[in-house]
Amino acid sequence: MENLALIAQVQGYTAIALGLIIGLGAVGACIGIGIMGSKFLEAAARQPELIPTLQGRMFLLAGLIDAAFLIGVALAMFFAFANPLLARFG
Amino acid sequence: MAGEAPADSTAFINHHLTHLKVGEGFWSLHVDTIVMSVLLGLVTIGLLYSAARKATPGVPGKWQAFVEMLVEFIDTTVKEVFHLDRRFLAPLALTIFVWVFLMNAMDLLPLDLPGKVAGFFGIHYWRAVPTADLNTTFAMSLTVLGVVMYFTFKAKGAGGYVHELFTSPFGANPLLWLPNFFLNLVELLSKPVSLAMRLFGNMYAGELVFMLIALLGAGFFTFTVAGTAGMLGQVAMGAAWAIFHILIITLQAFIFMVLTVVYSAMATEHH
Repeated sequence: MENLALIAQVQGYTAIALGLIIGLGAVGACIGIGIMGSKFLEAAARQPELIPTLQGRMFLLAGLIDAAFLIGVALAMFFAFANPLLARFG
Repeated sequence: MAGEAPADSTAFINHHLTHLKVGEGFWSLHVDTIVMSVLLGLVTIGLLYSAARKATPGVPGKWQAFVEMLVEFIDTTVKEVFHLDRRFLAPLALTIFVWVFLMNAMDLLPLDLPGKVAGFFGIHYWRAVPTADLNTTFAMSLTVLGVVMYFTFKAKGAGGYVHELFTSPFGANPLLWLPNFFLNLVELLSKPVSLAMRLFGNMYAGELVFMLIALLGAGFFTFTVAGTAGMLGQVAMGAAWAIFHILIITLQAFIFMVLTVVYSAMATEHH
């Protein structure tokens, strides 16, 4: 019975942790993309002839900014379905 | 796999996340990853080779025009950043781009299709996306690290490289050797790790969202209102996510390629 309580506790804390990982990661990624996007729009408005070049760089940066967030999401998903912290309880 | 009660959803996802493994512990091999990546590598080579074989100096056909566009795009990207002889790096970049793109594109296959096909051969687990396996992405990024080290030694020589390891960026004072070395080590090791984990994270998360969307339509065969609503939701959200994922697939392949080129270029520039 006590085992059950411990398992429930680990799962509860894991759920909270997953929410934090995905939520905080999303905050960082979205603010970063917002700043970068606004700079791109400013530059596009000043120099429309640079739009194709800047657009390519913008997509590259979007992928790089999203990287840490998506790594966090992948880890969170891993913990959601194959929680290694539960291995101690068998 | 259809029409299960919600309690089985974790089992469904766990089943779809299991690799076809041979051996155990450190020596386990993911057979599905190996087979898919080798197969797609052969497809890459075959596609590009067929374009080279049938190339005509006259009016090009559509496939030749497409491959020429691709090669020119890669060549421009490499030429902008890398200033030494690019006869090794540009073909490497092209291979990386096309191969990673094809491996990522396996994510667009219907979720249960590889499993059904594998079932005909009596195989119970088959993960179709090689880049959703950490082994593939780390293998590629460690190879890229090897290429970067090759360019480093070629441009700076062994002695020059060791000198740079211990004296940049802070200076040549012997007190600074340890901080310099530590910083350079972190910079060197973070490159392959971030390269591998970025690609893995994107593909793994994408696959997982496809699985979660598939669970939405799991209640269809119960013929209830909720089941039908779930099915329509699955089709709509599946379409939306797949369209978004097409962008992600191309973008991640492009990023891997560009970072390979940029790291090689950074390795050859002198301070």
